[in-house]
Amino acid sequence: MTLSVAAFWCLAIVLVGSALAVVLTKNLFHSVLWLALALTGTAGLFLTLDAEFLAAVQLLLYAGGVITIVVFAIVVTERLVAERITQSSRRIGAGALLAATLLAALLRIITRASVTEVRPAMTDDTTFRMGETLLTRHAMSLELLAVLLLASLIGAIYFARPED
Amino acid sequence: MGLQGYLVLAAVVFCIGLFGVITRRNTVGILLGIELMLNAVNINLVAFSRFHGEIAGMVFTLFTISVTVAEVALGLALVILLFRTRRTILADHIDWLKG
Repeated sequence: MTLSVAAFWCLAIVLVGSALAVVLTKNLFHSVLWLALALTGTAGLFLTLDAEFLAAVQLLLYAGGVITIVVFAIVVTERLVAERITQSSRRIGAGALLAATLLAALLRIITRASVTEVRPAMTDDTTFRMGETLLTRHAMSLELLAVLLLASLIGAIYFARPED
Repeated sequence: MGLQGYLVLAAVVFCIGLFGVITRRNTVGILLGIELMLNAVNINLVAFSRFHGEIAGMVFTLFTISVTVAEVALGLALVILLFRTRRTILADHIDWLKG
């Protein structure tokens, strides 16, 4: 009990801290690296929720794939415009006000809602059950997902193709 | 840790991401904010799935992660295309639909 609570708090601090760094850092490249830390922290949170497979997917697709693509895009576009990768923010007051208002509303809803606090005991392996559900009840969605990935792949190649 | 702790954490991360989306000028920076927001939603999905003993939430998370990857790939392809035509990645400069 105490160990899982300690793990949650450590991961929560890492996640919130790195998320703040993502939106506040001046250097765009550092921002991406902080996002990688935030996504890794989320993978850790998935582990505390007994979702080992999702933690692995999170690390492979997000922390591995997405970060690589973003870094690649930054490198390519920076060479195109040949300027520093600093970035500025605008409307900080309005953004902070809106985010704080939404957070207050969400916290109010969460604290008032009657959510279950007891974690049910694990019946069997979540990875096993996920695989079973994916290939039976959600088989059609899985196929559609494959089509979507193919479409986005072709779309990305079409948009980013070299000019002729 | 109870379900409420995860929900509060996800709400905080979501609002940080929203702040990033509103305040960033750079298109890539805005995309990073969207990533944070989607990430917070994933935490909620997995937490509800675990605390209700219902596997569908985790399956849904798998789908959202994959869709996000597709979104980032396409979004960055658009950013690169934008550079070619406009030589800028500031979202404020993408206004030629204004007429």
